[in-house]
Amino acid sequence: MDSIYKEIILEYYKNPKNYGRIKKPTSSAFLANPLCGDKIRIDVILKKGKVREIKFSGDGCAISQASASLLTEYSKQKKATILKKIGPKKVLQMLGIKIGPARLKCALLPLEVFKKAISKTP
Amino acid sequence: MFSVNKIKKDFPVFKNHPKLVYLDSAATSLKPRGVIVKLVEYYEKYPANVFRGIYKISEKATEELEETRKIVADFIGAKTPKEVIFTRNTTESINLVSYALGEKILRKGDEVALSIAEHHSNFVPWQQLAKKNGAVFKIIDVNEDGKLIIKKGFFSRKTKILALTYVSNVLGTINPIKEIIKLAKSENPGIITVIDAAQAIPHLKIDVKKLGADFLAFSSHKMLGPTGLGILWGKEKILQEMKPFNFGGEMVEEVSIKKTTFKEPPLKFEAGTPDIAGIIALKEAIRYLSKIGFKNIRRHEIEITRYAMERMLKEFGERIKIFGPKDPRDRGGIISFALSGLHPHDVAQILDEKNICVRAGHHCAIPLHKRLGVPATTRASFYIYNDKKDIDKLILGLKKAWILFTKK
Ligand SMILES: Cc1ncc(COP(=O)(O)O)c(C=O)c1O
Repeated sequence: MDSIYKEIILEYYKNPKNYGRIKKPTSSAFLANPLCGDKIRIDVILKKGKVREIKFSGDGCAISQASASLLTEYSKQKKATILKKIGPKKVLQMLGIKIGPARLKCALLPLEVFKKAISKTP
Repeated sequence: MFSVNKIKKDFPVFKNHPKLVYLDSAATSLKPRGVIVKLVEYYEKYPANVFRGIYKISEKATEELEETRKIVADFIGAKTPKEVIFTRNTTESINLVSYALGEKILRKGDEVALSIAEHHSNFVPWQQLAKKNGAVFKIIDVNEDGKLIIKKGFFSRKTKILALTYVSNVLGTINPIKEIIKLAKSENPGIITVIDAAQAIPHLKIDVKKLGADFLAFSSHKMLGPTGLGILWGKEKILQEMKPFNFGGEMVEEVSIKKTTFKEPPLKFEAGTPDIAGIIALKEAIRYLSKIGFKNIRRHEIEITRYAMERMLKEFGERIKIFGPKDPRDRGGIISFALSGLHPHDVAQILDEKNICVRAGHHCAIPLHKRLGVPATTRASFYIYNDKKDIDKLILGLKKAWILFTKK
């Protein structure tokens, strides 16, 4: 069996990108997966409809942490209207691994939080 | 003589997956050939409905089903097979007591008591009942060693129901059920005691007469039997006073437009066609367990659990936290643990790459995990088909996970 723990996943797990909190975000969102206890929070600063700053925090498994790193990295300087259209497929593509049904929720939790955060902003 | 190699040969799954390291028996056990053969026997030789047919194969099916009821009754020391009710699983057995008795006896201001270590299926039904009837939902805490802390004066005349797990499916703790029931009954002789034996029945010899409980609930699928079948044992006298659970066929005596009269227990509580094949095959599981003997099962389990705990602590020391009793003799074959910095999901996934099946998550015990201060744990659980080689593979897998996730 092929491991889903490819270099990139492990790298992001050990050295996450955009990890932390933003002092004065224009909006933030939080979600937890009660099944495994993963918790993700995303803070954003949107200016002129674009993501100026974005950070995530919380804990979770390697998959959810890597997914949050990739997603926040990808969204920088992009327009919220475009980012709102990101679907699960895009996230799985960024992760570049095949994920079984049991772990799909881990991979997609950050996306859910992300969408909540960027939709809140006026 | 107890030989795991010989036992493994009785479980066909190992023929299909020779490399399988199955460490999730607390979720469900594997099935021996005898059980599988018996299931097929029903479907091939007398696949008729029970109780209704005046023809031979239906009579045969009914006979086989009632034989299991008797074997279950003997197995747990019940006074009569009439005390053995077939349900879908432990969860349904507990709900049955809650609906058919709890609703009636629990009044405003009364208390229903249980422990923080309950599986959701012995937690939520009582919580909901307490809410509905305006009763107090009272929780027994656990200490650092995973043992229940029952404070003096905890039970009172107001405590109408005590629902307790015999063996915790997370901590592995074997609770001193007999003593606790005695204490509760000394405060309120009328207290109804419901024991969740889902994790106890595969590992401990249970005699309901000695235990002193009023109800015992367990599942066939955790004790080598088929899925889809649970058992509720209840004291005959109490069962007779209870109202029915489900209404429908099989449980009625006389039906007219104006009214319906119900059968006596156990059939009163068994509306509709039961899991006939499952019930018939369960007796083969009981025969298998009895042949091995609980003394041997227990001895083996303690040995494996001790070995696993020792190896885990030796390899990981401070980096591993094992929940529950330190002494393996105080626990069923269950070890829930946390490796610092590693997420249980990741640990389980890495182990799966080596065909090692463990459980990761909250194991249907969120209140307990909150109490332990962790969102999730990894759980390895052992049974008669596990040996030290399985443990060695587990340790190797854990070491691999550790290196993978912590190496800079
Ligand atoms: C202690 C305990 N109680 C109840 C249950 C529920 O059993 P079932 O899912 O068969 O109803 C389980 C099984 O996971 C358990 O471990």
